[in-house]
Amino acid sequence: MSVFEGFKFRKVSSVVHDLDPRIKFFFVAVLFVMAILFTKLIALTILFFIPLPFVFMARVKRQWLRSLRGAAFLAIFIFATNLIFGYFYPTSFQEITPPIDTLGEYLVLLERAASMTLRFVVLIASFSVFFLTTSPDHLGLALQQSHIPYEFCFAFTTAVRFVPVLADEAQTIMDAQKARGLELERGNFIKRIRNYIPILIPLIVNAIRRSLELAEAMESRAWGASEKRTNLYTLKLKKADYLLVLVSVLMLLLAFYVWLYVPIPSLTALLSL
Amino acid sequence: MLEVKDLHFTYPTGVEALKGINLTIDDGEFLAVMGQNGAGKTTLVKHFNGLLKPSEGEVLVDGVSTRDVSVAKLARNVGFVFQNPDHQLFSETVEAEIAFALKNFGFEEAVIEKQVDWALNLLDVTKYRKTSPFMLSGGERKRVALASILAWDPKVIILDEPTIGQDYQQKEKLQQFILQLNAQKKTVIIVTHDVEFVAECNPRIILMTQGKILVDGVAEKILTDPKLLEQASIVPPQITQIFLRLADLGLPTDVIDVQKATKILLNRLRERS
Repeated sequence: MSVFEGFKFRKVSSVVHDLDPRIKFFFVAVLFVMAILFTKLIALTILFFIPLPFVFMARVKRQWLRSLRGAAFLAIFIFATNLIFGYFYPTSFQEITPPIDTLGEYLVLLERAASMTLRFVVLIASFSVFFLTTSPDHLGLALQQSHIPYEFCFAFTTAVRFVPVLADEAQTIMDAQKARGLELERGNFIKRIRNYIPILIPLIVNAIRRSLELAEAMESRAWGASEKRTNLYTLKLKKADYLLVLVSVLMLLLAFYVWLYVPIPSLTALLSL
Repeated sequence: MLEVKDLHFTYPTGVEALKGINLTIDDGEFLAVMGQNGAGKTTLVKHFNGLLKPSEGEVLVDGVSTRDVSVAKLARNVGFVFQNPDHQLFSETVEAEIAFALKNFGFEEAVIEKQVDWALNLLDVTKYRKTSPFMLSGGERKRVALASILAWDPKVIILDEPTIGQDYQQKEKLQQFILQLNAQKKTVIIVTHDVEFVAECNPRIILMTQGKILVDGVAEKILTDPKLLEQASIVPPQITQIFLRLADLGLPTDVIDVQKATKILLNRLRERS
């Protein structure tokens, strides 16, 4: 469940928490674009450090590390797949003339796998900063003020809000079934997957039941009664927000410039000099 | 026998839920764990079948530390009935639901059949044998959940909030049922807020507050001590409240049982006339 921890919002106030969610999202989107633009390990390593000041300023280091740890399994999986596919289909590399046999070529392969993994880690690292410092309410407001129909905003915020609730519930169900002698880690691969049936069924049944209750509660509070909804709070851009927009745009421009005109060497090439 | 020695427990979120608990529960005892929300009641009893492992200190079940044994092994002797039956029901029929744990524990087919019949009968749900547990009412689901634990005849039975959502008649039945289990030399542990229910059962009580045991003793002593109860955010049973206010008439102040109260009052009235 630890991977969901990164999505759990804790109410704290900091410079980062108080930023406009739209701007924060723009910033994270810029990081996303940059992570996709570059494939070299050096560039991605630099990208990895960009969200760090925000993590410290928002004082969410522990939760942030936990969500990175939660993503570790997927990261290892990505590394292994890249290594395996790179080995069997080396034609996608310019630096390699198949078959792979020299040490240099192995290093290129290794570096490529490492940078693909780091790209994933950069994405998780930046998006979890966004989710750790933005309350679901703020997020909903941001969507609404971006002129997205309220039905969609509501569905989205509800989904986000229920992730930790479901994670908690899954934990309780697991405990209840373990108390009836269920051993999740026992048996072969197929058996282990089957072991999760007693957990998934109550989880799904309860989720459906809860959604029906939610629908009833919404209707009884006059959901959709007025055409034009108004909000008690509205988002307004502040100085810090404009600053972050500026930084984001500059970062994006710089990234495109580097991507077009500055060839980034691979670590392997750099070291073999 | 359950022995808890200087037990501390801290959740991964950093919340210290138990702060040094010492407790011994003998075989065949009937114990009620009481206290306000967040006092650590459920956290404490989750240590008894190994669902939670101590951060510090030790929990011994029949002399064996819960750290060294799996939940499945401990559950064989310590049955835990969760608060919400919807966290555990998943089978297509009530019968299969009850057989689930027995299969996990590796009972033989013939024994399973016998135990399922026995448990169905014990909780008066035989007529729902082939019904889906999801079609039953709340109270019935709770009984099926209870049956699914009692089916393997554990030595210790833990009930988390057994009276929530039950009507008066069901509570009455539950009380008789618990007393009957206790008469059969089972150790029964209930976690509850329900003072009236506890007063009628007259068990040993531990009052918990903020992760510590405030007091440990018999119901008649604890439930009639308003100062103590206030610290744990509990109100004395109604009959006790009446007798506490009538103390100036020379009536005893340690009454928790309605029948005993009636006797005392009748005797007093007869003396007068």
